[in-house]
Amino acid sequence: MSIYENVFTQVQVHPKTPEEGLGGPIVDRERIGKPIISYWLGFIGNAQIGPLYLGTLGVFSLLFGFVAFEIIGLNMLASVHWDPIQFVRQLPWLALEPPKPEYGIKLFPPLAEGGWWLMAGFCMTMSVLLWWARVYRRAVALGLSTHMAWAFASAIWLMLCMGFIQPLLMGHFSEGVPFGIFPHLDWTAAFSLRYGNLYYNPFHMLSIAFLYGSALLFAMHGATILSVGRYGGEREVEQMVYRGTAAERAALFWRWTMGYNATMESIHRWGWWCAVLCPLTGGIGILLSGTVVDNWYLWAVQHNIAPSYPHVFPVTVDPAATGVPQ
Amino acid sequence: MKTTALLLGGVATALIGTALIFTPGWNLSKVHTVQTGYRGLSVGEMYTTKSEQLLKAANALPDAIDPAEAGGKKATEVYKNVKVLTDLSAAQFDRVMLGFAAWVGGEQGCNYCHNPENLADDNLYTKKVARSMIQMTRHINKDWQAHVQTTGVTCYTCHRGQPVPKGVWYKGADPKSKGAAATNYGMGHPSSVNGTTAMNTDPFSGILDGKDAIRVQASQALPTGFGAPLQKTEKTYSLMMAFSGGLGVNCTYCHGSRAFTNWTEGSPLRVNAWHGINMVRDLNANFLAPLQADWPANRLGPTGDGPKLYCLTCHQGAPKPLLGAKMAQDWAELGGVSVK
Repeated sequence: MSIYENVFTQVQVHPKTPEEGLGGPIVDRERIGKPIISYWLGFIGNAQIGPLYLGTLGVFSLLFGFVAFEIIGLNMLASVHWDPIQFVRQLPWLALEPPKPEYGIKLFPPLAEGGWWLMAGFCMTMSVLLWWARVYRRAVALGLSTHMAWAFASAIWLMLCMGFIQPLLMGHFSEGVPFGIFPHLDWTAAFSLRYGNLYYNPFHMLSIAFLYGSALLFAMHGATILSVGRYGGEREVEQMVYRGTAAERAALFWRWTMGYNATMESIHRWGWWCAVLCPLTGGIGILLSGTVVDNWYLWAVQHNIAPSYPHVFPVTVDPAATGVPQ
Repeated sequence: MKTTALLLGGVATALIGTALIFTPGWNLSKVHTVQTGYRGLSVGEMYTTKSEQLLKAANALPDAIDPAEAGGKKATEVYKNVKVLTDLSAAQFDRVMLGFAAWVGGEQGCNYCHNPENLADDNLYTKKVARSMIQMTRHINKDWQAHVQTTGVTCYTCHRGQPVPKGVWYKGADPKSKGAAATNYGMGHPSSVNGTTAMNTDPFSGILDGKDAIRVQASQALPTGFGAPLQKTEKTYSLMMAFSGGLGVNCTYCHGSRAFTNWTEGSPLRVNAWHGINMVRDLNANFLAPLQADWPANRLGPTGDGPKLYCLTCHQGAPKPLLGAKMAQDWAELGGVSVK
């Protein structure tokens, strides 16, 4: 008889009749699609695809998402004069920029000068919020707690801080993030430059700590569970009350190496909070930039956060202090 | 199903793998770093043996032209229609003309500016431009020592044997999008000027042909109002990429990168660059802009403006033009300062 081991020697379950999952009035309804079994997807997850539940929220989320995607894509295509070759070549650079600063938080600037950006932003936000509601409702329908919805909400919070709330507080949608692959990255650099180096923003520091923390915890946890896979360690929680199981060996490993171990339950709280706090603190950092602090470096100097380095250059004075300002 | 998936997966892997291997600009030579600031702050310049060789080759000096006597007959007594080089002797005048033919005339030599039938003829637009450029060169050597110091400039500094120097700029072309499609204010396309970012492809207009402010960071910690918008920040950032490309240096050549606006964090070279910006503004406004009516159509940019200068025009990718060679010292005719 085969036993389930790990990614290299695993056994894929290919039932003759695909599993329909839990029954009952809520779960049963409205799931669509004839399930298929994919051998290749079985390598990285469950081999069965579908059926899935889309529902009203899902349909509208996809619709709004599609509209946002089209507004962004067609504007990008127009910016290369509808030339498909240039569209492919320049795609990483192509942009849909927010309104000019002159328009403030005007709701309907000309389409060519930010109107499309506002519409795309609205549709994308609606799409994401509807998907959030869908995540919440599906969790409730399956009798789960709503941890996934709140973790997703944290990411939405950061997105809204950058694209909507901070611009609103500043009174200028021009502060918002452009759509585009390199454009949004250039925005990130420009935002840091404009507000005097975001590395000196304590909430940015926290956000980075939680980002790296999440990565570290995920690596530790993933490695721990894989390493006890030979004892069935993926059945984490059910094993935790028994002696000699994969769960106890995993716990012992960390107690031996660093004196302390999380439990099979608490490690997931560690991971969840680290991940959730990353965008949560990041969003606060964005909200404070420009509104409460205009130059994080100077702020950090005032509060003795920025270190001072020995000056190896001769003292330099701003020539504009005596001449023409630039 | 299995075969199709395998095929698709194989093709995708091959395509992505090829893109990953062949598209980045790999640098196979060893990168040398010269530390110029305090340790640990990434203040340093990078080069490879190959980039060093290329830079040296690109900045080789032209053949020297024998000096000419300042005495003897004046150029105005020997030649007709001399309007700018009126202070030179005929011998010095001839020497300047030899320089012009070698440095600027390109394949046409003298005939690029002169009608060979009648050298005094003013019909060629290039001759008018040349007069203005001589005045400009003398002006730089005399009045902009804050930037060029006593190294000075000659025609060759920018022209390098070509009628039009590499690295002139024109106002940005109109956006290709028409009607209601987003214009993106000149952003969203890679160029050599913006360092292949998605920022402004024309970071110069208004700044180097006008007096628009460059600085965007606040000079105090707490806000006092809505300062420079992010669009302006990106324009300045893009301008600085043009600086960096024009001089072949990093940001940290002048700036302390943790506080770009802070003068004490950076190198004193930034003062020199500051004078350079003012010099370029002066030259664009007082020497290039007045030539607008003289340019023929093939010398105009996409929106109909004439060529203008920025850092790259003289520096040609080197921290010091011609790697600091004091070529102008031998050219008192062009206002070069002799410090022998």
